[in-house]
Amino acid sequence: MGVIPRRRLAAVALAAATALVVTAGCGGGDSAEDGPITLTVDVFGQFGYEQLYQEYMAAHPDVKIVERGTGGNLDEYSPKLTQWLAAGKGAGDIVAIEEGLLVEYKANPGNFVNLLDHGAADLKGNFLDWKWNAGLTADGKQLIGLGTDVGGMAMCYRKDLFAKAGLPTERDAVSKLWPTWPDYIRVGEQFAAKQTGASFVDAATNTFNTILLQTAGNTQGYSYYDTSDNLVVDSNPAVRQAWDTTMDIVDSGLAGKYLAWSEEWVSAFKQAKFATIACPAWMTGVIEGNAGPSAKGKWDIARVPGNGGNWGGSYLAVPKQSKHQARAIELAKFLTSAKGQIGAFKAKGPLPSSPQALDDPAIADATNAYFSDAPVGQIFAAGAKNLKPVYMGPKNQAVRTEVENAVRTVELGQRSPAQGWTDAVANAKKAAAK
Amino acid sequence: MTVQLDARPPVTPAPHRRRSPSVRLSRLDTRFSPYLYIAPFFLIFGVFGAYPLVYTFWVSLHDWDLLGSDHAFVGAENYTRLLADPDFWHAVVNTLGIFVISTVPQLLAALWLANLLNRRLRFRTGWRMAVLIPNVTSTAAVAIVFGVLFSREFGMVNWLLDVVGLDPVEWKSNRFASWVAISAMVDWRWTGYNALIFLAAMQAIPRDLYESAAIDGANRARQFWSITVPLLRPTIIFCVIISTIGGLQLFTEPRLFHSGTNPIRGGPLRESQTVTMYMFENAFAPHYNFGYGSAVAWLLFALIAVVAAVNVAIIRRLGGRTPGGRAAMGELP
Repeated sequence: MGVIPRRRLAAVALAAATALVVTAGCGGGDSAEDGPITLTVDVFGQFGYEQLYQEYMAAHPDVKIVERGTGGNLDEYSPKLTQWLAAGKGAGDIVAIEEGLLVEYKANPGNFVNLLDHGAADLKGNFLDWKWNAGLTADGKQLIGLGTDVGGMAMCYRKDLFAKAGLPTERDAVSKLWPTWPDYIRVGEQFAAKQTGASFVDAATNTFNTILLQTAGNTQGYSYYDTSDNLVVDSNPAVRQAWDTTMDIVDSGLAGKYLAWSEEWVSAFKQAKFATIACPAWMTGVIEGNAGPSAKGKWDIARVPGNGGNWGGSYLAVPKQSKHQARAIELAKFLTSAKGQIGAFKAKGPLPSSPQALDDPAIADATNAYFSDAPVGQIFAAGAKNLKPVYMGPKNQAVRTEVENAVRTVELGQRSPAQGWTDAVANAKKAAAK
Repeated sequence: MTVQLDARPPVTPAPHRRRSPSVRLSRLDTRFSPYLYIAPFFLIFGVFGAYPLVYTFWVSLHDWDLLGSDHAFVGAENYTRLLADPDFWHAVVNTLGIFVISTVPQLLAALWLANLLNRRLRFRTGWRMAVLIPNVTSTAAVAIVFGVLFSREFGMVNWLLDVVGLDPVEWKSNRFASWVAISAMVDWRWTGYNALIFLAAMQAIPRDLYESAAIDGANRARQFWSITVPLLRPTIIFCVIISTIGGLQLFTEPRLFHSGTNPIRGGPLRESQTVTMYMFENAFAPHYNFGYGSAVAWLLFALIAVVAAVNVAIIRRLGGRTPGGRAAMGELP
């Protein structure tokens, strides 16, 4: 007797156990591990830390470092980071935060470890003042992130296409071609007249953003939001001026319509489909990655039209959810030290935000073989210490998205410049209210 | 030893010889174990289906910043704002548009394919397996490949158009063109799957119906429309409902069709932004407004229910010469 009932009981028990395991699986916790700990670093794009990790791990045999997100797009990275923070789970022990998004994360500082509680205050002198200050919350009591790089600004160009169009190819001569943006447009028109099969500019949106940040930095020091967090997209002359200049570029037929960071944009790099691209220091790594080894020596770097400017730059923060906060902070301090910043610059080009690093001969004398041995140290570092920062308001990213999409509709011929401007203002207001 | 498949307890010839606890256990077993057997589904559904549904509704009644710590209760405000939001309705039109131009040709093509596969063919099993192959590829891979095929300047589709002397099409920034491109992706993937479901149903139709029809002089087309299609009606309804649910939730294809900055918009003027993409845009980057995104999710739920009901009504009416639908067998000549 009993064979069948027992077997069925077993089946019932199995079914119940399965259900329990399945439901319990969602809440499973991590067990503390002995031995070496793993520190996860979440980044986007190219931070150039690989060599530094090796060094750090050699000096700290109990630490293993894993980097995630290398080469990825900021638009894909930032929602993931937000979800991890909202869920209280999933974020790395160190996370990179881009300056345009920093304000949003600073609005909820509880998600991050206060680095001031961990001796970071002593490091203030290691960063440019504005870079340090931007990492602080509004009340100045919490430091969210330590600065990594600043953008700086230059104009990268393809020498072979310039030669084809009969333009000078030597970088100083090219810099002299375009002291201002109208000069840049004039050169573009000469280039276009030669029918090289390539366009002059990659995408109007990149150039727009460059002009905006440059103009804002040289005037009020803010772009879409003023420093009291009022949306000023329609009243800030810097926005309007950047818009009008960009419209001139589009009107002259210079914009290549390659949507930034899209597959087409990458293909256009590979096939040499555009001649110039606005070039913060971190962009040099992107260009090298997209255009590939076969284009080595065909690119060079000239001065940006107008005067200086800054686009981008990031911070490293330690989320509260990290299980190894102290070790993570230690690593973040190492990566953002002058030495760490110099290492990153040499690897992938992001420009240091540490004045000591900027003064270091390793930066000042640096050249970049991919860009025809351009003296990148001089080109980027020279202006970096005098950079005037641009304030970014609370919904900067959402507003920027709307305005750049309006630029793109004009670039693609879907809207007239006047309609585009109306759209930009209306959609920016809508986005800011969401 | 035999395997007992019957769920009833074994018949016991001499109940008096049994010890009573065992009998009681056996009775409890009979009464409650079926519930335990089906419990896993309901537990999982509760955790992953019902709970999120209710929670999403709760979130939709709040001003809920994804990262914020206090979430103010705002009642139906998210819904009233959403109903007056032109971008939401734009996304609804996109979704319905893509749904119609993908589902209608897809189901017709599937029906036609199934009919072909139902004939005597060489390598019949091979052909039948072949139509399913697109379905086992990864959606993401398909979407990325199609995204490249339909690229404006470097895409193969525009190159082919150029070869035959046509102007290139702005596949990503022309609203209708982007709908067509995305529908092509959906159809490539799902036509074979639906064809196999239709084929299975076709094989259940008795052959003698076709024989009598042939004797009565009905040609193949007539047989198809008068025997096959009416008898497939329950299957067609099933496929339509499944396609409706899938079509209105379309996300991966249009999302990965676009690359570069803010692909979640589906083009600079939201040309192919579906409702799920709009939900994502609001709940996550760049707005992080979880309450508003949840309201979009609930309206999408309502929309799917309405469209599914309308579809079923249409299919019933189209397929049935008599109301009631189920009596298809009786309608045959």
